[in-house]
Amino acid sequence: MFWQRKDLLGLKYLSVEEINLILDTAIPMKEIIGRKIKKTPTLRGRSMVTLFYENSTRTRSSFDLAAKFLSADTIGVAAASSSVAKGESLRDTGLTLNAMGVDVVVIRHPASGAAEYLAKYIPAAVINAGDGTHEHPTQGLLDMFTIREKKGSITGLKVCIVGDILHSRVARSNIWGLTKLGAEVRVVGPATLMPLDIEQMGAKVYTELTPALEGVDVVNVLRIQMERQQQGLFPSLREYSRLFGLNQARLELTKPDALVLHPGPMNRGIEIDPQVAYGSRSVINEQVTNGVAVRMALLYLLTGGEYDAISH
Amino acid sequence: MPYLIKNGIVVDPIDETLTELDVLVDNGSIVEMAKDLTAPEAEIIDAKGCYVCPGLLDMHVHLREPGYEYKEDIESGTRAAAMGGFTAVACMPNTNPVADNAAVINHILERAARVGVTRVHPIGALTKGSQGKELTEMADLQAAGAVALSDDGQPVMDAGMMQRVMQYAGMLGLTVVSHSEDLSLTAGGLMNEGAVSTMLGLKGIPNAAEEVMVARDILLAENTGCPLHLAHISTAGSVRLIRQAKSRGVKVTAEATPHHFTLTEEAVQGYNTNAKVNPPLRRQEDVEAVKEGLKDGTIDVIATDHAPHAYHEKDVEFQYAANGLIGLETAVGLVFSQLVQPGILSVPQAIAKLASNPRQILHLSGGKLAKGGVADITIIDPNLSEVVDPAKLQSKSKNTPFIRWKLTGLPVLTMVAGKPVMQKRRLLR
Repeated sequence: MFWQRKDLLGLKYLSVEEINLILDTAIPMKEIIGRKIKKTPTLRGRSMVTLFYENSTRTRSSFDLAAKFLSADTIGVAAASSSVAKGESLRDTGLTLNAMGVDVVVIRHPASGAAEYLAKYIPAAVINAGDGTHEHPTQGLLDMFTIREKKGSITGLKVCIVGDILHSRVARSNIWGLTKLGAEVRVVGPATLMPLDIEQMGAKVYTELTPALEGVDVVNVLRIQMERQQQGLFPSLREYSRLFGLNQARLELTKPDALVLHPGPMNRGIEIDPQVAYGSRSVINEQVTNGVAVRMALLYLLTGGEYDAISH
Repeated sequence: MPYLIKNGIVVDPIDETLTELDVLVDNGSIVEMAKDLTAPEAEIIDAKGCYVCPGLLDMHVHLREPGYEYKEDIESGTRAAAMGGFTAVACMPNTNPVADNAAVINHILERAARVGVTRVHPIGALTKGSQGKELTEMADLQAAGAVALSDDGQPVMDAGMMQRVMQYAGMLGLTVVSHSEDLSLTAGGLMNEGAVSTMLGLKGIPNAAEEVMVARDILLAENTGCPLHLAHISTAGSVRLIRQAKSRGVKVTAEATPHHFTLTEEAVQGYNTNAKVNPPLRRQEDVEAVKEGLKDGTIDVIATDHAPHAYHEKDVEFQYAANGLIGLETAVGLVFSQLVQPGILSVPQAIAKLASNPRQILHLSGGKLAKGGVADITIIDPNLSEVVDPAKLQSKSKNTPFIRWKLTGLPVLTMVAGKPVMQKRRLLR
């Protein structure tokens, strides 16, 4: 099949075939990352801008490297140092970048729906690198790539997402993508951090960690933001850790070969015990490598590349 | 100039009757109402197949003047009202400056007299600057022409303050219009809390944010005896609370907007900022409850909460967009399409909620066509259809989720003090 969409805004909007196409395209991309000379001329003459309205190290570097490994030209626009600080609207900033001849705009923004809003107005491809508490589709895809690579298939797996589901765009993208590919997705966290009616997205809701972890193939641990405590959403990190922190003993509840994922950056000792984070089940560092591969695949597909051209 | 309205069906919302009568108007008054009237000197207005109603009054409108004329002003807002079949509007005090003193009320009335197409009845603020801290000079506001009091958009969070507001307003017989919202429960919410807000990643506003305040204000009305009007009711729980309060005799009335009886939270899908409104669009079961409340009389009034916002205030990321939508020009069409045609309200019941009930709450005369009465008249053609076209809207702002909706049942004449200001879907001034 061919990629048809102009943008990647969320996994909610993708078909199973589209998700598989991205994941399949990421396999040869990962092979490139493993080479000594990590450079192919595939996207020479193409350009990508990262337009980030929120701080980010890993996602931004990951996109930047993905583009560079494919020989695309890249620039980074940080909201604080641009005309955004002068009060320019997102639409106008987008139109300006588009008028400069950019092929792909990678946007991170604190407002849910910002990527969709931008995509409506500019002909350039838009990749959502995280919009508010809506979606973070490239994180969802790299998690799925990691799981598929380790487990062979996603269909029939049980995946447990632990933590602040309410504010997590990672959780939402994972729920959409994993359920489309036939996994059972469980979410668990404090009642104050669980969004209403999330069952309607296809997830099973738990408020206790023990039953949520029983028999799962994958545990995806979310970062807990310290500021949620000040907002009165949970009483203390101590109690959070006691109820929802993933440690070695709790990991025993999962299947013996269960994987541990974390989107980073980690609060070691709070949501995840260092022993687990660095243990044999952890695939946290591979997630990072896979993130570059998945983003290379997306840049390639969104600029008109065909899967057959790289795989043969 | 005398006008003879021929062959129409006169709607009496108080006696709940429909009667084929001709209506002769002269010198600003209704001179005669009878069958087969003739008046050779009068201009004939043919109303065959149409409802001849007492002039409609929208008791919840934001005209934005003074202060926000780039969104709307008294002229454009009353043009929109006339186009929508309203002979009068009551305008909310959240202008800049806030209508919290007689000078602002006087200014609004003077501007309305000069440029207004319909009647304008200002609503004064409950507290100075609508800050919820000090009482306004309510007697002064009343003497200047304020028809009710409200801190619309800025709920009085302090219950003790609200109690004093209601004691003092009650002393003057002024109705307090409550924008019922507990800000600690809204807490930055952007739309109804539920599956849609969860999927879109938008912070949700629970039904309780409204219901907690509806319950509080009902109790305070009960304690103080002050007439309370609850604005823009959106949830099933609120309807239930109001129904219970009325059954034990509390002096409480309530209104619903066309968007709350027509749309659900689904309208927000795709981050549609024209569907961003406070209180938010709720679930289907809330819409059904609001309709049930309209049907059984729990909800007395249909008002639009006409809230114009400029293009650039809506063409932004959803969370930065202003709350509110315009409603004056689509209200009658929505009432007929959503309530009258499906049989939820009879025509007299619908007109009661658009004409006579709001006047009773605001202590204004009219609301019934009668010989010798003021000739504020709205004629509605129940079979006329139109597609909502932003280019044709009279309001300065075009922020409505009903663009491209086909509405059936539209006003074809708006007459203020015996003079047509809108006829056959065209403004006459």
